[in-house]
Amino acid sequence: MSADDFAVVAEGLSKIYRIGIKEQAHDTLARAAIDFIRSPLRNYRKYRSLYQFDDVADGKSTGTSETPADIIWALRDASFSIKHGEVVGFIGRNGAGKSTLLKILTRITPPTRGRARILGRVASLLEVGTGFHQELTGRENIFLNGTILGMSKREVDRKFDEIVDFSGVARFIDTPVKRYSSGMAVRLAFAVAAHLEPEILIVDEVLAVGDAAFQKKCISKMQDVRKQGRTVLFVSHNMPAVNMLCTRAIHLEGGRIVNDGPTHDVVSNYLSSDTGVPAAREWANPDSAPGGEVARLRSVRVVSRDGRSLAAASVRDDIGIEMAYDVIRPGSMLLPHYHIYNEEGVIVFGTLDHDPAWNRRARPEGHYVSTVWIPGNLLSAGTLFVTCSLITRNPDVSQFSENQVIAISITDIMGEETARGDWAEEMPGIVRPRLEWTTRFTENGR
Amino acid sequence: MKPTTNDLPVSVIEPPKGFEAIDFAELRRYRDLFYFLVVRDVKVLYAQTILGFSWAILNPAIQIILFTVIFGKVANVPTDGIPYFLFSTVAIIPWTYMSESMIQSSQSLVSGQGMLGKIYFPRMIFPLTPVLAKLVDFAISLLLLAGVLIFYKVTPTWNILLLPVFVFYMMLIPAGIGMWLSSLAVRFRDIKFAMSFIIRMLIYTAPVLYSASSIPPEYRLLYSLNPIVGVMEGYRACLLGGPIHWEFIVPGMVTSVLLMLSGAMYFRRMERVIVDVI
Repeated sequence: MSADDFAVVAEGLSKIYRIGIKEQAHDTLARAAIDFIRSPLRNYRKYRSLYQFDDVADGKSTGTSETPADIIWALRDASFSIKHGEVVGFIGRNGAGKSTLLKILTRITPPTRGRARILGRVASLLEVGTGFHQELTGRENIFLNGTILGMSKREVDRKFDEIVDFSGVARFIDTPVKRYSSGMAVRLAFAVAAHLEPEILIVDEVLAVGDAAFQKKCISKMQDVRKQGRTVLFVSHNMPAVNMLCTRAIHLEGGRIVNDGPTHDVVSNYLSSDTGVPAAREWANPDSAPGGEVARLRSVRVVSRDGRSLAAASVRDDIGIEMAYDVIRPGSMLLPHYHIYNEEGVIVFGTLDHDPAWNRRARPEGHYVSTVWIPGNLLSAGTLFVTCSLITRNPDVSQFSENQVIAISITDIMGEETARGDWAEEMPGIVRPRLEWTTRFTENGR
Repeated sequence: MKPTTNDLPVSVIEPPKGFEAIDFAELRRYRDLFYFLVVRDVKVLYAQTILGFSWAILNPAIQIILFTVIFGKVANVPTDGIPYFLFSTVAIIPWTYMSESMIQSSQSLVSGQGMLGKIYFPRMIFPLTPVLAKLVDFAISLLLLAGVLIFYKVTPTWNILLLPVFVFYMMLIPAGIGMWLSSLAVRFRDIKFAMSFIIRMLIYTAPVLYSASSIPPEYRLLYSLNPIVGVMEGYRACLLGGPIHWEFIVPGMVTSVLLMLSGAMYFRRMERVIVDVI
């Protein structure tokens, strides 16, 4: 692969900020006076130190001992390559370095170390409306904002009518923007941004101002851009949106890239590290495993139809929840069951084992694996938590009940075999079954 | 539509490394933006005023009248035999341009910080925008100048052909000082407070209100290192005729070219850290 196959190649990008320079406290009047006289020089050094990092050791070193206390690595040694046409989501907690990375790639701020090579024009939806001036008319603002976003005057000329149409403020195009409602101003600003034709589009949802409707517009704009085969870098906290739009995700943590790969894997990994609940549990020692003298739980996991362990599955996939347990004392009838909770703690459903082969049968001693199959296109996207229990019948006694012992992330996708089809907007509901629809058509007047 | 990769612009992002040359190709790419920012400054300036662009005339006119009364009538400042009103009009008009564009230019980065943090374009456009935008005011105030020249029945001499040279020279000064002070003001907000003092110092150390011939000959070279001196002498010679005192003009021209070059260099050095420090 040649260098030209990549839209973005970043090598060891790092960004250091100096924070919290302590003001000196003085305890005597004399010292305060001396300090006052010396302060211009000290202030000069202080402000200089904000952007000079000669005292910070090489970014490659990992030890923190040589790092002065007043600096933070907003980004540390970020290396990645993004191919043309890739849609990459950047995820991570606040302060993980996502926005810093995008600011470096848009050249707003330079890296302290490292290097990036970008092939193509970059535009970002984080500055929608930047440079809009209240006193200028809509027309003047379109030209100003368009050129700020990197279009030439000729390009704006060419797209002017389209922009005005899209914004829906044609009647007021020669009115100063200060007379607009805030909704109109945002529509006009977005219309300008939507008509950019960059090779690389950067969307920072975290910074994007505007309401839910505006964010939806951003998302549908990204889908258009993706369909045109352009490259999109998307920063978001909205995991369903990342799952839906991105083919690849990069997870940042404390300024470093900790995971980079297919969206589903990275997102589910991020989510499970986020919830602190693993995707599978195993009890190596049968004596300390949940349960009692009748049965002991040995493992719980989520599996695919072909038997692989899963941390994430798409809304379309069948998944199995599998519990393995040992029956120590034979002769009981057993009832394994699960409760499935969503992120809000709502029980999505409970399910009981009524496999006729074992349902009313006293079980001999041995190792059992009970799996329930949840069909694809039933669950909604999000993280689900599984409570796993076993009951002995007549009388009904709980042998073990492990509350929310594992988590699985159900990732959102679009497409033919999903409930959402090609609908890109929000799909509400605890479940998302793909149901049969019929249409009866009668021609007018018959 | 998959973009063909060979005609795409390549940009390399690297840490700032000391002094860098001015990227004229980049400035050229952003010329449309530069143009619209200038237009914005011009259009916004007199928005929602009753008098509008008349302020471009009123503003210097009031100063001229004030100075004529104080310096011409009360203090009786010598003007080489030129009526004081005419004498000061010729100087106040370029002076108004220079002082206003200098003030705006020096504050341009601080007042534009909202934009700085959100989007990239060559930062140099910020301090240079007022230098061009204020030319519109200057052009309008030339009407006042023309009126005064006609009133005093001044016949133009061939000297007037040199006027474009002095207009350009006049623009170099706020451009140079603006680049220096705007990048300094990012780090040191002191500049904002020092500005009124700097402006006052410049008007008194240049022959705006008095004639340069009143400076003793042994100090003339030192005196004319102040670039404002050359502008004033140049305008007077171009518009009122008479000999052109190059000895007052050339040193200031050298200073202003140096100011401009060093300003641009310093600006380039600071430009990339502006966002982190502002």
